[in-house]
Amino acid sequence: MVIAIGFEGSANKLGVGIVRDGEILANCRRTYITPPGEGFLPRETAEHHQQNIHEVLQEALDQSGLSPQQIDVVCYTKGPGMGAPLMVCAIVARTCAKLWNKPILGVNHCVGHIEMGRLITKANNPTVLYVSGGNTQVIAYSRQRYRIFGETIDIAVGNCLDRFARVLKLSNAPSPGYNIEQAAKKGIKYLQLPYCVKGMDVSFSGILSYMEDKIEELLKEYTPEDLCYSLQETLFAMLVEITERAMAHCGSDEVLIVGGVGCNERLQEMMGVMCAERGAKVFATDERFCIDNGVMIAYAGALAHESGTRMEFKDATITQRYRTDDVLVTWRND
Amino acid sequence: MNDLKILKQGAEAKLYICKYLGKSTLIKERFQKRYRHPDLDKSITKERIRNEARSIVRCKTADVKTPALYLVDFQRRRIYMQHFEHSITVKDYIIQHATKNAEITQNLDEICKMIGITVRKLHENNIIHGDLTTSNMLLVPKNLNNETTEEKCLEKERFDLVMIDFGLSFIDSSTEDKGVDLYVLERALISTHNDYPDLFSKILDAYKNHSKNNIKEILSKFEEVRARGRKRTMVG
Repeated sequence: MVIAIGFEGSANKLGVGIVRDGEILANCRRTYITPPGEGFLPRETAEHHQQNIHEVLQEALDQSGLSPQQIDVVCYTKGPGMGAPLMVCAIVARTCAKLWNKPILGVNHCVGHIEMGRLITKANNPTVLYVSGGNTQVIAYSRQRYRIFGETIDIAVGNCLDRFARVLKLSNAPSPGYNIEQAAKKGIKYLQLPYCVKGMDVSFSGILSYMEDKIEELLKEYTPEDLCYSLQETLFAMLVEITERAMAHCGSDEVLIVGGVGCNERLQEMMGVMCAERGAKVFATDERFCIDNGVMIAYAGALAHESGTRMEFKDATITQRYRTDDVLVTWRND
Repeated sequence: MNDLKILKQGAEAKLYICKYLGKSTLIKERFQKRYRHPDLDKSITKERIRNEARSIVRCKTADVKTPALYLVDFQRRRIYMQHFEHSITVKDYIIQHATKNAEITQNLDEICKMIGITVRKLHENNIIHGDLTTSNMLLVPKNLNNETTEEKCLEKERFDLVMIDFGLSFIDSSTEDKGVDLYVLERALISTHNDYPDLFSKILDAYKNHSKNNIKEILSKFEEVRARGRKRTMVG
């Protein structure tokens, strides 16, 4: 039985979570929200994490009812992510590990999402669509690695949505993507946008600059809701298409959607239609687990710890670039 | 033209086999995708049928082998083309036949070289395939007669490399698109044939050696696209 605590702060979400054998004992989170029209920058985000991390840690310990001595391993996000915010969590995790005299373990953020998704949905060996503000990847497991079959060749889908929300000056609370999703529900008129699939890869930057360049003109003919609707329909069609290609390629009949954009219900719905047509099943989680959190880091760390992965204290560093397929998956042998 | 036999249902098309004007014919029908907006579905389908037909015709002048095009039917979302009864995809060939013996390795080297040259020919003619994977390359035996089996032909290196699936293809002279095309191929090889790590470098060598025209620019663009892709594991 492994009890693990996880610190996550690779982007604007700060989370601390505690798990015991897949049972979630605590899941606490704060989000750094910027004013409309602005994104979050590394320095300010790191300051936000610094100011909140002690409170969130205390809250998580209280929620779990555990004392630090009962914890077996301290996990934190090693990468990928923004350097400064990652560093804040790594320092606190290292301090805890030293104070409590526990082993420390750095976790790949993307692998955290995948394992969290598998835990919550009980999907066995799914093709994974990982979609968030910084990542867009289609992943499948093969021979102890989560291999990337398709990904964005420029910006992430969440980044595209967030930046379009800035163009429209939509609120960033609770998240720009959520506000686009709500606006899209009221959209009626469909605008054809560039559509860019390259093999199993996608490109979103052209769509964004098209919208940015023409926004004045477009708003004369379309409502902001119409534009949100058209943007979502186009981006998600591309994602569903590459997911289906990867499924056909791997002969897979399960899809798991993870990452912040994964809680978009329209994306889940479109994926569901695709899956129904090919006799496959779609698995998704809600915002408690889709959006970055500490539990996913704790749980992925617990799996690795249990299967014998160890990290020297001197290696407990961070890295902004850390590919999903760099991680040796010691806890699966299928 | 009657009695259509369904051969395979892929991610975006159903493949049927029939006789058309006395020839063995493959019908590729891009069926409707209900998950996407009907307008988007229509325009994507039309565009892909058009791209496929256009590139097949252009390949003729580029001296790249493809199935011959027989008929395009936009109404029924179909393309009719030559069907190769005795063929194997490069993907299946590598997976099924490639055990570690020397002869096969030599064969693989030969295949890599052919792929490199073929992709180079496409790019020289500004044809961007858009979906370069080993599933979209067929090995077709030359002069197949009754005594020789497919396998034998392959062993004796008497086969053609036939490129298929031009739905994502387009015509463009920019080095950017050629770089991306190479990147897509590299990624496909890594994910499909991770037990043969040097396939891509062999293909790229043949690609480089076939023609010097513009090669520096294409390769530096390829490196740039590669770096861009790698960077993408950032925040989230």
